[in-house]
Amino acid sequence: MASLIDLANPTRFMRLSGLLLPWLAGAALLLLAVGFYLAWFVVPADYQQGETIRIMFVHVPAAWLALMFYTMMAVSALGTLVWRHPLADVAQKAAAPIGACFALICLLTGAFWGKPMWGTYWVWDARLTSVLVLLLIYLGIIALRRALDEPSRAGRPVAILTLVGFVNVPIIKFSVDWWNTLHQPASVFRAGGPTIHPSMLWPLLILATGFTLLALALHLVAMRAEIMRRRVRTLTILEAERLDRLALQGVLA
Amino acid sequence: MSRAFLAILKRDLTLAARAGGGGELALVFFLTIVVLVPFALGPDLNLLSRIGPAILWLGALLSMLIGLDRLFQGDEEDGSLDLIRGSALPLELAVVAKALAYWLTTGLPLALAAPLLGLLVALPGEAMLPVAATLLVGTPALSFIGAAGAALTAGLRRGGLILPVLVAPLTIPVLIFGVSSANSAVGGTIPFLTPFLIMCALSLAAIVIGTIAAAAALRQAE
Repeated sequence: MASLIDLANPTRFMRLSGLLLPWLAGAALLLLAVGFYLAWFVVPADYQQGETIRIMFVHVPAAWLALMFYTMMAVSALGTLVWRHPLADVAQKAAAPIGACFALICLLTGAFWGKPMWGTYWVWDARLTSVLVLLLIYLGIIALRRALDEPSRAGRPVAILTLVGFVNVPIIKFSVDWWNTLHQPASVFRAGGPTIHPSMLWPLLILATGFTLLALALHLVAMRAEIMRRRVRTLTILEAERLDRLALQGVLA
Repeated sequence: MSRAFLAILKRDLTLAARAGGGGELALVFFLTIVVLVPFALGPDLNLLSRIGPAILWLGALLSMLIGLDRLFQGDEEDGSLDLIRGSALPLELAVVAKALAYWLTTGLPLALAAPLLGLLVALPGEAMLPVAATLLVGTPALSFIGAAGAALTAGLRRGGLILPVLVAPLTIPVLIFGVSSANSAVGGTIPFLTPFLIMCALSLAAIVIGTIAAAAALRQAE
């Protein structure tokens, strides 16, 4: 517990994240390079889906990370609301665009995969729809943050919206599932296909780990940039106040 | 405690009745949307009666959204929100009073007007009451989810634009079950009660979560 509190100190966080970042980025690049090599040249084409199966190696990690980053944002939101820690808000702010990007990547790769497989870029299927709604919630959170002009006061409203949105995500997933089975037969992903073969599973796991490390590295970079941005802002305000005071003294003298 | 609650409720109802621009504007907007649909889709009565419940639900949802940005903004501007915050009444109850007043002046008239507007989209006679009933129990959810969004954007100058963007994705479950229970009333494979009860549950959950979230948002905004 003590280490967690230590880490929550922004100065210590800057030092530790600075040390961690090169290793994280290096490991991510290594895993991504190995994973993409396996996925492109070693993994055989699927006997049903052919070469398009290779889209899966980006699509699945992206879907996973979109959900993981939302969960992380919800945990950060709790940190902001319960412990009022500024670093939790920094983590939330940095996570939102990254999670939104992965949700978008997931949707786009899914569309490119859907066209040859299902004959259409888009179906109003439970999984597709729930990811689209997740993207909309991400964009709403980013939009609310941008609309609040005072950064020190933006944290708590954004945290509340993040938590409310989190409650909604499982409901959306469940309800649309339920709704869809009424109106059309559920189109299950990989229906009729084999349970995933080890020759594909291993590259997928390597790439998923690589993407996760990459996302975490990007998150750290974004958090560090945000901390510095806030420091610059504070320094600017202090400097402006100092000049203000000097000018006032000049007037009085 | 309950006197303060009733006072807020009465004040908001009186404001809506005398200052205007509240409930009746939402009703006119509802009518406008329902009228626009046949122009966009073509006046095919078979098609319209098939998608009628969905049109009514979509129209009601959008009409609930348009007036929402004023729910707390007016109080924030004239300072009455500070008085409400400072009073002995828990902020949660004040939120319930305001969201309830919003529902009484907006959601309830929309639900009551739905059978009438159903005529315009060739809704079958036996479906009129069920569709109105789904709107009756579904619109409170929209009102309370909307209250949370309105509380978050109360102090914003561009709140009117950002509010629907925040609230609309959160209303999707209510829309899904509202439309599916309304459709099952017109005829379908599932009994009306199944999606209807799920929507009731969603509405109750939305009242609780919306109230807590709106009060939390108002509390930190001071």
